[in-house]
Amino acid sequence: MKYSTQAVAKPYFIFAMILFVGQVLFGVILGAQYIIGDFLFPEIPFNVARMVHTNLLIVWLLFGFMGATYYMIPEECQTELHSPKLAWIQFWVFAAAGVLTILGYLLLPYARLAELTGNALWPTMGREFLEQPTITKLGIVVVCLGFLYNIGMTMLKGRKTVVNIVLFTGLVLLAVFFLFAFYNPKSLVMDKYFWWWVVHLWVEGVWELILGAILAFVLIKTTGVDREVIEKWLYLIIAMALISGILGTGDHYFFIGAPEYWLWIGSVFSAIEPLPFFMMMVFAFSMVNRRRREHPNKAAVTWALGCTVMAFLGAGVWGFLHTLAPVNYYTHGTQLTAAHGHLAFYGAYVMIVLCIISYAWPIMQGREANSPRAQSMEVLSCWVMSIAMLLITFLLTAAGVVQIWLQRLPESGQALSYMATQDALMTIYWMRLICGIAFGVGVFMYLYSFVVAIRTKDQAPLLQAATR
Amino acid sequence: MSERFTKGMARNIYYGGGVFFMLLFIGLTFDTVRAIPERENRDMLTASVASGKHIWEENNCVGCHSLLGEGAYFAPELGNVFPRRGMGNEQIFHAYFKAWMQAMPTNAPGRRQMPQFNLTDEQLHDLAEFLIWTSRIDTNNWPPNIEG
Repeated sequence: MKYSTQAVAKPYFIFAMILFVGQVLFGVILGAQYIIGDFLFPEIPFNVARMVHTNLLIVWLLFGFMGATYYMIPEECQTELHSPKLAWIQFWVFAAAGVLTILGYLLLPYARLAELTGNALWPTMGREFLEQPTITKLGIVVVCLGFLYNIGMTMLKGRKTVVNIVLFTGLVLLAVFFLFAFYNPKSLVMDKYFWWWVVHLWVEGVWELILGAILAFVLIKTTGVDREVIEKWLYLIIAMALISGILGTGDHYFFIGAPEYWLWIGSVFSAIEPLPFFMMMVFAFSMVNRRRREHPNKAAVTWALGCTVMAFLGAGVWGFLHTLAPVNYYTHGTQLTAAHGHLAFYGAYVMIVLCIISYAWPIMQGREANSPRAQSMEVLSCWVMSIAMLLITFLLTAAGVVQIWLQRLPESGQALSYMATQDALMTIYWMRLICGIAFGVGVFMYLYSFVVAIRTKDQAPLLQAATR
Repeated sequence: MSERFTKGMARNIYYGGGVFFMLLFIGLTFDTVRAIPERENRDMLTASVASGKHIWEENNCVGCHSLLGEGAYFAPELGNVFPRRGMGNEQIFHAYFKAWMQAMPTNAPGRRQMPQFNLTDEQLHDLAEFLIWTSRIDTNNWPPNIEG
């Protein structure tokens, strides 16, 4: 670790992993509820388990991005972080707000939580992924502002690189687009239109800048390929992400009350959205092929390469499968949607956070990489999680196809009802649950690799005093 | 090739492309916002409908149901529940909706359950009005059939 303030990433990474475990636990609960409809009812109704699952995901990814930034920025800027103390305070504030919010979801009926937190004064609750009380949302804004201030001040006094500028741009725009979460009009159509300015412009927009920057950073460090080459690729990738993704928002505007021209604009531009993910795949593999050094952290490189493949499949391929309006007309809001969502989030964002943790954590512990045994366990966990998630995706795709066949394609009167269709999917849901449990096993294997790393640290390669 | 296609050119495509498409998106947004009131029958968005949307949100209905295809996929689509259960008749739908909501949970063993939300008659009326209004939004003919 070149700069001591990089260590401020540690609590962020640790908390991210704790939330990840919680997220997967609730994922398994949801998978069970799909089959045993009243499982844990009424103590944890489906919608409560769901908001815990999705909110934990988003928050642990945010903690991961923040940790990644605290690790990357001092090194990229070649100067210590402006205020490590502020970073620690924000950690505790964000962590406490997050825990309280999750407890609020679990311990109170949602309407009561809304009443207690003064939602009536400024109603922002009750939308998907934005279930947080308005005061939590305000807290998130405050934490983000402090975070951006800290990073911004560090960047001002240090070296500006393409990597750190792209990362910072992504983070600033993340905060800006989150502000749309505060806009909740009476019109359902307007509500939906601008809700996507948070969700789509995050995960199919500015989060791709963050992903690209982290990937570029890890590739620079592990391959030794010239920064100029990597940064040029990064610019091209994010250029295509924005050129395709901004108007690609239109693929969410087909059937929510927006004008018909979105059927065309959304289809054409979102069809191009796989391109930046394809480019990331080619980018990562060719940089690793052209590497000038054998970095001892093979696990980190595995996560990086794997991330680009799984993101291309989940976000790119599965996204493309249902993005054209004539197809989406039948697939909109089915299990096919869930298939895409799971693989895309896992491939793009879960894996890139696990990648940067894999790269940075040993260094923060004084090793260039973990021992071969620890890395083996970690790489195995990567395969287990990735294969489990691929299987979940295939199964949900099958469920979606059956659902569309029974419920959507036939004419009214011939089509099966929603509930009857769900009954027809039970076997698939059982198999999905088993794969979800397998994914959980992968998570535990991943965490166990840290235990192995500690136990075998004498077999780990020492920290290089290499020029970075 | 890589000598002629410089990092600076890539950077310009990123900035230029990003700004251009964002401006275009903002322009289309202005047009969309102008077009929405007619497509959604804004003149029929009464205080009752608005109140119904609040109740929908405060009880997190979208946590199990989808509305215009968006939300959770645990329970039926409700954007067209008015034609499906009310047969397009407001009186019938109000009566059905009130009876249904008051009867929850069914407690049928193993079946997916909806909680009892303890809504007042006025709240039930408003929520039903919201769903009726929603079913009349011009969604480009979605969903494909009555099952939603």
